[in-house]
Amino acid sequence: MKDSPSRPLYLAPYYIWIALFVIAPIALIFYFSFLDLTGAFTLENYQNFFSSVYLRMTLSSFWYAFLITLITILIAYPTAYWLTKTKHKQLWLLLIIIPSWINLLLKAYAFIGIFGLYGPANKLLQALGAGPLQILFTDFSFIFVSVYIFIPFMVLPIFNSLDKINPALIDASRDLGASSFTTFRRIIFPLAINGVKSGVQAVFIPALSLFVITRLIAGNKVITLGTAIEQQFLVTQNWGMGSTIAVFLILFMIIIMMLTGQKEKGGLYNGKTK
Amino acid sequence: MAKLSKPAKIYLILVFAILYTPIFYLIFYSFNSGGTMSSFEGFTLEHYGAVFNDTRLLIILMNTVIIALLSSLISTAIGVLGAIGIVFLRNRKTRNAVLSLNTILIVSPDVIIGASFLILFTMIGVKLGFASVLISHIAFSIPIVVIMVLPKLQEMSGSLIDAATDLGASKRDILTRVIIPYIKPGIFAGFFLALTYSLDDFAVTFFVTGNGFSTLSIEIYSMARAGITLTINALSALIFVVTLGLVLGYYFFTQRAGQSPGTGGAKV
Repeated sequence: MKDSPSRPLYLAPYYIWIALFVIAPIALIFYFSFLDLTGAFTLENYQNFFSSVYLRMTLSSFWYAFLITLITILIAYPTAYWLTKTKHKQLWLLLIIIPSWINLLLKAYAFIGIFGLYGPANKLLQALGAGPLQILFTDFSFIFVSVYIFIPFMVLPIFNSLDKINPALIDASRDLGASSFTTFRRIIFPLAINGVKSGVQAVFIPALSLFVITRLIAGNKVITLGTAIEQQFLVTQNWGMGSTIAVFLILFMIIIMMLTGQKEKGGLYNGKTK
Repeated sequence: MAKLSKPAKIYLILVFAILYTPIFYLIFYSFNSGGTMSSFEGFTLEHYGAVFNDTRLLIILMNTVIIALLSSLISTAIGVLGAIGIVFLRNRKTRNAVLSLNTILIVSPDVIIGASFLILFTMIGVKLGFASVLISHIAFSIPIVVIMVLPKLQEMSGSLIDAATDLGASKRDILTRVIIPYIKPGIFAGFFLALTYSLDDFAVTFFVTGNGFSTLSIEIYSMARAGITLTINALSALIFVVTLGLVLGYYFFTQRAGQSPGTGGAKV
């Protein structure tokens, strides 16, 4: 097989797939971003994107994604850290991962019930003396549900990189008189930073492109880049504008991947996180 | 290793509680004879009955299963051949380029995949419906299969193939009697993963499904947008059980394939 001069035929389907479903779609998105509603060439979509409406939308989408990522890290890091110290850590890790396999829609649907006007969250508030509140369709519910959904995707890479740290390094640091905090800041944190980076990659980009949760949980109050694309493609039917937003989402994705990129492979295997 | 301190234990218990409460909350109310998700009136199985008596829902369920099985079978076949092709690429640069192209669909957000496939199908004239959904699912599953099969192929010793060649095996024999048996665990893992991604997908399907054709997640979305129906709860309890089975199956095969666990699809 090594010295086969002709390109083997069995590869054809795979290369056709690359051409048709990897290269062509991206090319089409770029092409359509220069078309107006009638199909004529225009730069208007790009002009529109830099108008205040879309810039504000982009900024707010980034702000939400930033908040969601930050809160997810704050919750997931201690979880991952303490998980590495449990007895059956692989089993516990599996238990953290299982909820990520449950369909996103069902989890969002559960929160429609939990956060509803007569749901358990409001019953708890009433028991505490605060009257029933409108929790659903607020920024709070949007961020809460997003963080809930992304926790497993952050715990897994952080857990993996913390678990790889040689315990002798921590013992050495202790023996040399470092406090627990110094040990964490100077030894554990820098050694596990790659896990955090993979986690950010797995959370930030999907958080920018969420549209199911915004529709079901946030009403139409929160508009992310993903929601805007869906809106343009399926509601307004303005594919040109939708493609323009998609072009920028692709650009942001590339920038984020370069910022959080690492030569070491492994980040890729953290699952399909879209 | 140091034992966990009390606050650490409480913290972990809290995280697990938060992760599982919504799921069990859904399943709990699927047995509620009242029509709401807020007050439990009495035990009933009527919502499960409603799922199995709703012909439309059963047809949608069948569509979903057919799409999942067909797409994972076809994508496994194409992906395995693709992975074998990548391993035998001699030029390092070409190989890296193909690998990068392979990962694009894994890292792109679903909205972008959905939107670009919608443009593609409209341009080449594929009617939106069963065909477009099936093709999309095959397309986004192929790179996952490749990723799952590659490590197995890379650990395979080249002398196995040399030995087979020396013993007079044809290329076809080498493929079917040496390579495929060796990478079987990777193939099964890829197949399972493709299956779960297809069953789980909402966003891509949502873009390319058109009007007449619907899968389970599309149906759940439109039901959820209309409000609370305990039929969804019964459905989600059933889906939970099936998902658990698939995840365990997947772990069984990846354990044998010697690969690290991964998370499911964050489909957004």
